[in-house]
Amino acid sequence: MTGLSTPPPPPPPTPLASAAARVRALVDGRRRFIPVAVSGLVLVLLFAVGSVRYTGFLEPQVMLNLLVNNSFLIVLAVGVTFVILAGGIDLSTGSVLALSAMICAWLLREGWPPLLVIPVALLAGAAIGFLQGCIIHFYGVQPFIATLGGMFFARGLCYLISTESIPITDPLFGALAQARVPLPGGTSLSLGAVVALAAAAAAAFVLHRTRFGRSVYAVGGSESSAMLMGLSVGRVKVGVYTVSGFCAALGGVLYTLYIASGNSLHGLGMELDAIAAVVIGGTLLTGGFGYVLGSVVGVLTLGTIQTILVFEGTLSSWWSRIVAGVLLLVFILLQRALAPRTVK
Amino acid sequence: MDTAAEPAVHMSGIVKDFPGVRALDGAGLRLEPGEVHALLGENGAGKSTLIKVLTGVHRPDAGSIEVDGRPVSVNGPQDAERHGIATVYQEVNLCPNLSVAENVLLGREPRGRFGISPRRMNRRAAELAAGMGLDLDVTRALGEYPIAVQQLVAILRAVDLDARVLVLDEPTSSLDRDEVRILFDLVERLRSRGVAILFVTHFLDQVYELCRRMTVLRNGRPVGTFTTDELDQRGLVGLMLGEQAGELDRVEGRAHDGAPPPDAPPLLHARGLGRKGGVAPYDLDVAPGQIVGLAGLLGSGRTEAVRLLFGADRPDSGSVEVDGRLLSLRTPRAPIGAGLAYCSEDRKAEGLVADLSVADNLLLAMQAARGWMRPMPRKARAELVERYISALRIRTASPDTPVGALSGGNQQKVLLGRWLIMRPRLLILDEPTRGIDIGAKAEVQRLVAAEAEEGTAVLFVSSELEEVLRLSHRVVVLRDRRVVSTLDNDGGLDVDGVLAEIAEGGAR
Repeated sequence: MTGLSTPPPPPPPTPLASAAARVRALVDGRRRFIPVAVSGLVLVLLFAVGSVRYTGFLEPQVMLNLLVNNSFLIVLAVGVTFVILAGGIDLSTGSVLALSAMICAWLLREGWPPLLVIPVALLAGAAIGFLQGCIIHFYGVQPFIATLGGMFFARGLCYLISTESIPITDPLFGALAQARVPLPGGTSLSLGAVVALAAAAAAAFVLHRTRFGRSVYAVGGSESSAMLMGLSVGRVKVGVYTVSGFCAALGGVLYTLYIASGNSLHGLGMELDAIAAVVIGGTLLTGGFGYVLGSVVGVLTLGTIQTILVFEGTLSSWWSRIVAGVLLLVFILLQRALAPRTVK
Repeated sequence: MDTAAEPAVHMSGIVKDFPGVRALDGAGLRLEPGEVHALLGENGAGKSTLIKVLTGVHRPDAGSIEVDGRPVSVNGPQDAERHGIATVYQEVNLCPNLSVAENVLLGREPRGRFGISPRRMNRRAAELAAGMGLDLDVTRALGEYPIAVQQLVAILRAVDLDARVLVLDEPTSSLDRDEVRILFDLVERLRSRGVAILFVTHFLDQVYELCRRMTVLRNGRPVGTFTTDELDQRGLVGLMLGEQAGELDRVEGRAHDGAPPPDAPPLLHARGLGRKGGVAPYDLDVAPGQIVGLAGLLGSGRTEAVRLLFGADRPDSGSVEVDGRLLSLRTPRAPIGAGLAYCSEDRKAEGLVADLSVADNLLLAMQAARGWMRPMPRKARAELVERYISALRIRTASPDTPVGALSGGNQQKVLLGRWLIMRPRLLILDEPTRGIDIGAKAEVQRLVAAEAEEGTAVLFVSSELEEVLRLSHRVVVLRDRRVVSTLDNDGGLDVDGVLAEIAEGGAR
């Protein structure tokens, strides 16, 4: 009985072999944490580069501004993490973000109370996600195609509302946008950043401490197995797209706070930034492996690259795209290398 | 727990239709608490379908299922688990990305104050594993363990469900001897607790080791339920195969006189050819003009064996020489270049193009060999097609009729003709007579024999023993994906002899 599961006896302890064994023991059983650890390492490295090159880079407020300036992208990436963990993809989040921002700006202009406007916008996003989930699950449509349709659909609805930018003048929205949560050391966070962190924490709780969350991982690991283990695959698949739609809409509300307008051109291509952040955060594109924390790190990594470029001042902003592209490829190759060998 | 006489599961009259086929036709079984019951049959006999009906993956079109004497309808695997029916599938159906503990308890995770409690989950899973005598680190990802352990984890999951019925669908096919031992110990423990266990396998030795009773299916129909005392392995194999092709003997006697050609140097010389999970390494020699038959139950590795020769699957050991020249078996290119032709078992999926005409189908391989840059002259094409249609007696309205419109037997002859046009030196025929009528069978056999007379070497795979015996100079017997014996068909060999080899040959 024993010997079946215990690893082979360690080799005789030559210094090199024992060091190798220690590394192996450290990695052994923690394989799934490697990508997320690498993401963290990349972020730390970027910070190190920034702090060596530029004075003022390591100011606490500069770091916190990363959260402030990327709050909506964090929320987007959190939603997309659910979808990718379950083995799907969501291309509609950028458009849903724009739609949610548009709905907010439009309804406020129409004189709706702000405390009603926000739930309506969130509900609209969740509803679009729910519909996409249903199309994907019940009609067996490829997630790529279904959410591509959702992307055009939501973007089209934006233009239907207005082709012009709608400014937001509502006093409550203004107050929310200005609200700062003071932190020690004279620093502060915007309300949006706090909401984003709360969303990430809530997502982590759901993914690790609820049956729905564990089922998301199970479906991402093997959909047919999850079905045969008696899990409700349909509920999971529809659920993750609904979560993603809701998060995209929440991102839209945060975006309106940040930008103070609704515009049909908001969030163009942002769905791809969100997916890139999730992948750079170490989540496997084929599903089943990854953490919300990684996605947050991924967003911060993208944000840090941009901050470095701002500090550099002379470089074209397209360099952030190039660096992000290289990082993305590196992470995909890393995942390939770490992927569990397919059992034949 | 009312009466001991109540069967744990009683399925009867189960009918299940799939588009175009009736997979189950009145099948059933009766499972008592505390027994290990074998479900047997060839591949395609309906074992898997019957299990999937029991576990709710398929809905039966007719028939009844009773669990503990109460009629139930099982609507999906979740529902089956509610009725106390748990299943361990051949391919482990767990999630390799999750921990062992999660795989055991998924869907029933113990909860603490803050949602699922990983600590309590790990403790519970570790207790279960220890209770079954398994030493596992339950916090590790399942994918880090070998398949054997994954199978055991799947059983642990069933144990935690308090399953009263455990279905094991070919659980041993990817395990080695020691791993099978451990699995059997676990099964025995569960049996002694009163769990009813349905054991599906094609390893007959294991059936006789583990089971008291067995139910045999053939072509979706029940053949009967027997105890291991009243039916030996030979009889069992006979029942699984059925009385096939007895009529053919009346159509025609032996296709040749049974004398193998004089000892010529082998055309094909294979040594230690094998592939993990496909067929164990085997040796094979085929001489020009010789017909070698491959016999064995469906799923015994016959097709896998010939696919290796042709490079259709990549062997991971061994070598093949043709005329003393080593062949590269990475793709079928080199074997085709050396004059090998492979006529696939699945003529619809891998052979004929149903929408193309008879002529096009006949010339497909020839044209492929010439290359698309050198089309054949129209006249040469017409002559060639004409000649083979008449030689093979293909009954078609015209050479331009789509192949899909022909009967099965004629389709098979077109496929055979495609390779004969190539004048192959070794013809590999995989089940060339399956699903065609008696007359067509006899004609295909005649063609094969005639081809061999002209010096073509033939490898002939068939489930019908009579056919193999009638045609072959030598018979290679496979069993459990291993070549167990090679018999000279010199007149002394009969069906019973081969049956005995299939059932017991090479055992232990």
